[in-house]
Amino acid sequence: MPKIIINGKEIEFEKGMTVLQACELADVEIPRFCYHEKLSIAGNCRMCLVELDKSPKPIASCAMPAAEGMNIKTNTSLVEKARKGVMEFLLANHPLDCPVCDQGGECDLQDQSMYYGVDKSRFVENKRQVKEKYMGPLIKTQMTRCIHCTRCVRFATEVAGVPEIGAIGRGENMEITTYLEKAMESELSANVIDLCPVGALTSKPYAFEARPWELKKTESIDVTDAVGSNIRIDTYNWEVKRILPRLNNNINEEWISDKTRFSCDGLLKQRLDTPYIKRNNKLQKSSWDEAISLLIDKLKSTDLNEIGGHIGDLVNLENALSFKKFFAALKINNLEFRERKYYINPTEKINYIFNSSIKGIDETDLILLIGTNPRLEATMLNARIRKAFAQRRVPVYSIGDPGDLTYDYTKIGNTTDDIKKILNIEGKFSKELLSSKKPIIIIGESALELKSGKYIIEEFKKFLKANNFINKDWNALNFLPQNASTVGLIDLKILPNKEEENNSFFEKLKKNKFKLLYLLGSDNLNIKKNNEFIVYQGSHGDRGAEIADLIFPSAAFTEQTGLYENLEGRVQECKKASYPIGEALEDWKIFNLILKKLKKNDHLMNFENLREEVLSLIPNFTKLNELPSFKDIRTSNQSSYFVNEEVFIKQLDYFFTNAISRASKTMSECRQIKQNIKKTGTDNI
Amino acid sequence: MSLKKVHDNQPKDFTFSNENLKKAEEILKRYPKKNKKSAVMPFLYLAQKQNDNWIPLAAMKYIANYLSMPYISVYEVATFYTMYNLAPVGRHFIQVCTTTPCLIRGADKIVQLCKEKIASKENEISKNGSCSWMEVECLGACVSAPMIQINDDYYEDLDEKSTKEILDSLIKDKPLKPGSYRGRKNTSPEKKKLINGENHA
Repeated sequence: MPKIIINGKEIEFEKGMTVLQACELADVEIPRFCYHEKLSIAGNCRMCLVELDKSPKPIASCAMPAAEGMNIKTNTSLVEKARKGVMEFLLANHPLDCPVCDQGGECDLQDQSMYYGVDKSRFVENKRQVKEKYMGPLIKTQMTRCIHCTRCVRFATEVAGVPEIGAIGRGENMEITTYLEKAMESELSANVIDLCPVGALTSKPYAFEARPWELKKTESIDVTDAVGSNIRIDTYNWEVKRILPRLNNNINEEWISDKTRFSCDGLLKQRLDTPYIKRNNKLQKSSWDEAISLLIDKLKSTDLNEIGGHIGDLVNLENALSFKKFFAALKINNLEFRERKYYINPTEKINYIFNSSIKGIDETDLILLIGTNPRLEATMLNARIRKAFAQRRVPVYSIGDPGDLTYDYTKIGNTTDDIKKILNIEGKFSKELLSSKKPIIIIGESALELKSGKYIIEEFKKFLKANNFINKDWNALNFLPQNASTVGLIDLKILPNKEEENNSFFEKLKKNKFKLLYLLGSDNLNIKKNNEFIVYQGSHGDRGAEIADLIFPSAAFTEQTGLYENLEGRVQECKKASYPIGEALEDWKIFNLILKKLKKNDHLMNFENLREEVLSLIPNFTKLNELPSFKDIRTSNQSSYFVNEEVFIKQLDYFFTNAISRASKTMSECRQIKQNIKKTGTDNI
Repeated sequence: MSLKKVHDNQPKDFTFSNENLKKAEEILKRYPKKNKKSAVMPFLYLAQKQNDNWIPLAAMKYIANYLSMPYISVYEVATFYTMYNLAPVGRHFIQVCTTTPCLIRGADKIVQLCKEKIASKENEISKNGSCSWMEVECLGACVSAPMIQINDDYYEDLDEKSTKEILDSLIKDKPLKPGSYRGRKNTSPEKKKLINGENHA
């Protein structure tokens, strides 16, 4: 490996690194504004100047490739003077409004001017004025603070794939803006807030809410989709003030979706804080005692076969297991977690997870989407696919029409017949697939909902196995679930193993055979209410609570510790950042209350045991935060039948997918803007 | 610089005329196919010529779609370069050079005349609706200072009298001949001089 001398210390670096990266290897801190690891290099802030031997001027280390034998100095008076000079220029037009700026306390410019700047300014002229810009309901702008690092411009074009931000004008008149000041049409738009090194782009919903040092920070997991992005929850007392991304190169890198970030204001609204009982068609507040007594009466007077339970999209594994155990204690069987009927083969883990792993997308050389729109169903995963497309030109194909995915893809067709053709090795695409080394086939829920859903996944599995695309190093078969709880709940064997029994819940539901329906945080289930007695246990007064006859309030995901399994089968812990509101309790505690009242004391649960049992139940489990391991991959032969039909991709109502985001004001604003764009089209000037 | 701000009244549509379409195709041939967005600057220039010396938003969109680039990129280019006008200017667009050599030779008098004859403010369209003027930086004709540029043509070696004539007939829609107004040919010396026994004009 080539060597470079930094401040007299010789270190080895990898070929292709820049001087700045080499300095980081040597643990030498270089101040910077425009440079960002995950974005292209711009080299326009000049803050990273260092001294290079035999160079008459200091060099911008972020843009200079490191070379063998370079002698770099970062602690000389020349460098110090250069930094001071750059800082003075940057501050020449930057307003001194730190006391009223939301970035205060976590501002790169503030911090670096403390370390590297001068304490006074020689600039006596007027500071430049820039008109306020509109960038949608999420991003608040204060463009006089902008230092033109163009991180936001590069993020929008490179990562988000929506080139809508740009720098207009020149020289002193240069301004950063979106095209004609429209809201950015991206699910990742709010990441520019984190990227902005100054207070030019700040969070609109969080404006003037709190200072960063007042907040309690909890490292946790996102549950708005199945990706399981790593997040940090910032709370002020009970209130969740904001959610920020946490670096995890295996999952979300440094970004999170707008839904993850801004649905947190839904945690403050529409909350269920006490049990409710429906009397005379009106929900009335009641006590735990009264509500539980009513439930027990109903449980006793109803036939066990006519009781059904449904687990929702945000429920963690411990609570789901406690629900299962609670039902088992009562000897009830009808349990379900799917919102719609789609095919799942729960016998082996590879059937229902994203086997190639999210990081595997960085290695793939071909991607095929079947009946899925990853942009809406798994935004962070889509960002990875875009990265593969943008950096390595990986070809992306789709069966079904997902619409704009922020990258180019080829539509092969939109019928199941096209899938059959691939499996029979007919047509150009199948040859391309066979000649690829590490393909990724992503099968969405929309595809498995089809009549030939079973055919698609089972036959594809056989096909991939036969062509050695499922082996120890690579598994090309991927299922893309939409909910955070899906993979974990399959692992907990909520579904019966036999396929015939698999769909009995939906048949019974359709025929209104249930007399009592217990909804555990499930709001997306389509129920035509007839005469059922519906119990809803959850955190929000949403669709489930609307039809309920009895409501038990429980904690939201930020208010309890619990495990979630993401789409790759990675088990991650969601930590308690706040506490349940009012009389609300964790789900497993509620079941304990009911069991106690039923005098089934030997069935009582506690959290440690639940956690232990969950971890022992998960097949192929290795460690928390790690991928599952597979020793040998068996594939059982499943007979399936084929129908030629259209692969129709259901469009998710992106900003309204769960109870929390439906309660969020910010999300409904975003949704409205999106719908207006759809109606009028952005193309009108 | 109000010419760099998007104008409020925008035409709805813009397409290249048949003649300009042919030119556009010619321009595209200069660049490799994968880099066709390199043609954005000549395209903007074409659009400006076609649309009475200014570029409407519709034209930027048309060009963006033509070259398959994002709208904002075309917008960035159009706002960056000073010679693209984003708001209407006169059909006769007068640019008065006021950089040092011209100023020393009396460009301020020309500016004064423009204020009197055309419009009291820069970039304001004259009463008859055909002319507008603006001060610009050096147009590279210092040797024949002071000078003005009307659309594509240079009018050089001006003084108050000649400028008045030029502007008066311009307002009447009868532009005079471009070139030197002291009878010089190109930038040759003014008086006949014998150099090495030969005559030079």
